[in-house]
Amino acid sequence: MSATVQTLEAIERPPVSMGSRLEGELLEVSMGPQHPSTHGVFRMNVALEGEVVRKLKPVFGYLHRNHEKLGENMSYLGSMPYTDRLDYFCSMTNNWAYALSVEKLAGIKVPERAEYLRVILAELTRLQNHASLLGFLLNDMGAWGTPLMYAFREREKILDLFESLSGSRMMCDYMRFGGCRCDTPPGWMERAKQIVDRFPHFIDDLEQLVVGNEVVIGRTQNVGILSPDLAINAGIAGPMLRASGVNYDIRKVDGYGFYPRFKFRIPLGEHGDTYDRLMMRVLEMRESLSILKQAFEQIQPGPIMNPKVKIRAFRPPVGEAYGRIEGPKGELGFYLISDGGPNPDRYRVRPPSFVNLTVLEDLCLGHTVADVMVILGSVDIVMGEVDR
Amino acid sequence: MSGAQIAIVPNPGPAQQSSLLIDNEHAFAVARFLRDDPTLRLDFCSNVTGVDWLDRVVKKTVKMKKLVDGEEKEVDETTEEKIPGYLEAVYHLYSMTHKHGPVIIRIRTRDRGDGARLPSLTTIWRSAEFQEREIFDLYGVRFDGHPDLRRILMWDEFVDYPMRKDYREPDDYEWEPTPHDEVLEKAKRHYTQRPELDGAEKITAGGDALNR
Repeated sequence: MSATVQTLEAIERPPVSMGSRLEGELLEVSMGPQHPSTHGVFRMNVALEGEVVRKLKPVFGYLHRNHEKLGENMSYLGSMPYTDRLDYFCSMTNNWAYALSVEKLAGIKVPERAEYLRVILAELTRLQNHASLLGFLLNDMGAWGTPLMYAFREREKILDLFESLSGSRMMCDYMRFGGCRCDTPPGWMERAKQIVDRFPHFIDDLEQLVVGNEVVIGRTQNVGILSPDLAINAGIAGPMLRASGVNYDIRKVDGYGFYPRFKFRIPLGEHGDTYDRLMMRVLEMRESLSILKQAFEQIQPGPIMNPKVKIRAFRPPVGEAYGRIEGPKGELGFYLISDGGPNPDRYRVRPPSFVNLTVLEDLCLGHTVADVMVILGSVDIVMGEVDR
Repeated sequence: MSGAQIAIVPNPGPAQQSSLLIDNEHAFAVARFLRDDPTLRLDFCSNVTGVDWLDRVVKKTVKMKKLVDGEEKEVDETTEEKIPGYLEAVYHLYSMTHKHGPVIIRIRTRDRGDGARLPSLTTIWRSAEFQEREIFDLYGVRFDGHPDLRRILMWDEFVDYPMRKDYREPDDYEWEPTPHDEVLEKAKRHYTQRPELDGAEKITAGGDALNR
């Protein structure tokens, strides 16, 4: 694959004097794609005045493999393992979003135990995603390695759970249309309960490190402020939207799965800056823990697959459906058009991190290069999903 | 906004998400109305997608009464309707204020060739910025009024639009390390002829060259 450097269009000379040797001159820098803090092969063409960002254009597509075309040439079931590779941190929620869309498309009901298992797995995914995001974010701020390793230690415990359930740590391929692939092995639920019971210690430790830390506050507060109006207009979803103070959580609004049966709060930010986005993840982890505890109490033994669904020779009726869930990174949706055949006529992924990148330039303008890294870290992107 | 043509596209499936088809001239005004109307307030444009529809023939069977051999009989009559292909942009809209949705709007291009142009709705919903660029990149729909219409996922030198249904992948890259079947046939077209060897192969082949 070849990629060219796109020159930024004519840039108006800003009137601000930076007092540097590059006064009045703009320097064009290509940040990435091989950069440790771009979270994958992601590039930003940045026009700098001294150290201050005056223009920023994200460039991506280095991991593009036309996931949607592959989906159109595969059976409905065949796409299920492929959804794991979108956001490879959260394969369980990707599975769920896809299964939910197909269930909408074909009008399939899911048995009770499977719905509870889905909620448990989605919240565990949210825990490990947010934990590793916080680790990466602190990494970007210069706390090299140590917080990330603490976060990965916790993440690894949850991945072990996924492995004993589905056979794979990250590429789980666990959910099916009309239920889940297999029931939990003996003792799984007890192990999960133990991990959930001990998880608050990790959050407490992390919060102690983060909340009052002078460096974190200095690097994040008032950096990359996203106004609620812009956030709504630009289609931002998930923790990033709520950090700007917009009360919108698809778990509450759509009430998919069994979420209406659980009591949980939606944390909201006040300023919409990087600090709020960071704290949003900490608070969401606590709410996820509370959902998990309720789910462990409510779950009952029972079937995990709808026996009427033929997943192998699966042909949904003609029609279309858009299903979405609240993924850890934002609104993850699948739009499917069926012509009655074994393959979808149109298979579209609405990737949250792709859309969340729309406002990256707005967040970074006027900040220094070092802040760009922190802002990008707080957006929480995974290139497997952005590029598809 | 007078004269806007809005048709309801029914969705026969169990999802019951029908959509509104809006004509291109009034799409911008209708979209602004959907966003700003206080009872609708569809301020959150979640998903923007392209869909490719090839030329197709729809067969309709109607029962007709006809005189056959002086007798009135019911005969099935099939009529064929040719629908020329078009590209389509689909917008899924939600309201954050009223928490309702989705309202789905579709706009269609005139054809799949030069007429593949649509009005851009990026100035109404910023979230369409990257997603319309993606439609341009993968489907080749030109969005009039888009602030920055460039390829986004494919590289700039790329020529075709890979998500179109009639897209054929270029035949100029290596397929597999060990090609077979139809891949081998394709690969053979790119093999260069091996140059004539100067008799050295005969040494290993039969050993005659050595004895001579």
